[in-house]
Amino acid sequence: MKNWWQKDNQKNKEEYQYPRVLLKNRKPDRILTLEEYKLDEGYIALEETLKNLKPKEVIQKIDEAGVRGRGGAGFPLGKKWLSVPDDAPFPRYFVVNCDEMEPGTFKDRVLLHTNPHNLIEGMIISGYAVSACKGFIFVRPSYETLSQILERELEIARKAGYLGENILGSGFSFDIVVHRSGGRYICGEATALLNAIQGNRPNPKQPPPYPTSKGMWGKPTVTNNVETVVWVPHVLRHGARWYKSLAAGREGEGTKLYCVSGKVKNPGCFELPMGTRLSEIIDIHAGGMQEGSEFKACLPGGASTRFMTNKYYNIKMDFDSVKKVGHRLGTGAIIVFDQNTCLVDAVLNLMEFFARESCGWCTPCREGIPYIRDLLLQIENGEGKAEFVGMLRDMSRHLWNSYCAFAPGAVSPLESLITYFEDEIFQHIWEKKCPFKEKGFMF
Amino acid sequence: MIAADLKEKLRKEIRKAETPREKAVDVMVELQKVYGWMTDEAMGEASELLGMTLTELEELTTFYNFIFREPVGKYVIHVCDSVVCWMNGYQALLDHLKDRLGIEMGETTSDNLFTLLPDCCIGYCDRAPAMLINRRVQGNLTPEKIDTIIDQIRAGEPKS
Repeated sequence: MKNWWQKDNQKNKEEYQYPRVLLKNRKPDRILTLEEYKLDEGYIALEETLKNLKPKEVIQKIDEAGVRGRGGAGFPLGKKWLSVPDDAPFPRYFVVNCDEMEPGTFKDRVLLHTNPHNLIEGMIISGYAVSACKGFIFVRPSYETLSQILERELEIARKAGYLGENILGSGFSFDIVVHRSGGRYICGEATALLNAIQGNRPNPKQPPPYPTSKGMWGKPTVTNNVETVVWVPHVLRHGARWYKSLAAGREGEGTKLYCVSGKVKNPGCFELPMGTRLSEIIDIHAGGMQEGSEFKACLPGGASTRFMTNKYYNIKMDFDSVKKVGHRLGTGAIIVFDQNTCLVDAVLNLMEFFARESCGWCTPCREGIPYIRDLLLQIENGEGKAEFVGMLRDMSRHLWNSYCAFAPGAVSPLESLITYFEDEIFQHIWEKKCPFKEKGFMF
Repeated sequence: MIAADLKEKLRKEIRKAETPREKAVDVMVELQKVYGWMTDEAMGEASELLGMTLTELEELTTFYNFIFREPVGKYVIHVCDSVVCWMNGYQALLDHLKDRLGIEMGETTSDNLFTLLPDCCIGYCDRAPAMLINRRVQGNLTPEKIDTIIDQIRAGEPKS
């Protein structure tokens, strides 16, 4: 079924094929080995960097290329690295966040099951850039197979001389360990993550001091997302112009791993030019909506972003374009909802998730999210009152006073539910039931 | 008491860390393999190995989804109940699992084989609905597939 907003996507199928970098070597059943990676220019950027570039020059090149953090915030990578003071003490640590617990997100899993050595090489160069001596890859428990793959490949890299003392005779020493998480969403928050690695209860910690000057064990610590670090060797090897040219428009740079899930025909992780339109991602790459489903809304970047309605169906999916219309690209994990899905119930599910995963450290988050959850539950069960909507609004505002970014993220879907789907909420209240369950649409 | 060689292996791992408590989760996961869950005795062992007080350890055991401070079965089933799995039939699946195992969420079967626990997004949204059995993923689940998985596990267990 074609809708009015799909008329732009009438190109031939070949025109939707783009150069891939991160998933170029994707195989159905196994990773790319070290030997295969080397045949594909692997570890050349590392060799060249250690031979020809000073750490500061590496940072400069990355900064010039405009590489931005892919964990959700889109913060410039070079700026983050530069925030390590020149006179910062040693040892310094470099941490890669592979917690990936944002609902809808599975890009790091796909990426590392494709090419783990890309991350290892990226980490060594990043470690060199910020003069770190040890790297940590923080991995969630449900990716246990990935932890095992990484440990095996790290050992192979170590034997090949890419890790350990005096790497490739450069005088630079660096090693990497896999740190297994005990499993909790908040560990993905950058400061909570550092507490987790140190074996403390993973509460977030408000800066200052910033981790880049005083992080783990009081020493400078830089944390980046998997999808950010893997770009480092490619950008150093091919330069800023090439990196920018990969994007769909001038607004973005590089390619992006978009994860599409929900009511589409082919859910999956797709590497596409940064700034590819939402309509193209859903209709072409994810195969369109499922039979009988129509697009109602999507969360563009995981559970802590705002619902986008079909008003935004043609939007370019890059950090700035999405931000310009008051939304957040987040992790680029697009969760698609159809006309038969009750969004009050969907937000209730999300609130249950956030209530359970709140670390409980600060009061607004610990008490506010369950309060919201209970109001939504009553509305969903047909026991809601009209004044609940105002109460939901008030409590959402309060949650912006919490200690870290968890609670403001948690209320994002709720706030957008009230903005775009107020009628749906009131329908529950006036009819004293969920209109979707009535029709037998729910599961 | 855990075996001397396991203790030595854990000590060796701990020595590699920046500080002993960095290895807290790893040590507890290993101890769970021996004790099944973090029993008081296991807590004592962990406390001694890591140089952490019991209270400091409790802060972690009660925090993490994959560290168990209460008894669990040999196979812990973490059912993903986050939004994508929810949208793709989580409830029907859970009902089937509960029915099949004869337990509610959070309970363990009487033969101590299966424990059913909720878990937030496990990162397999492209294969929703999904669940983990002892950290191994099972995706694109249907009632039939669940039956097969449970039957296979049961068949591989010694008859009691």
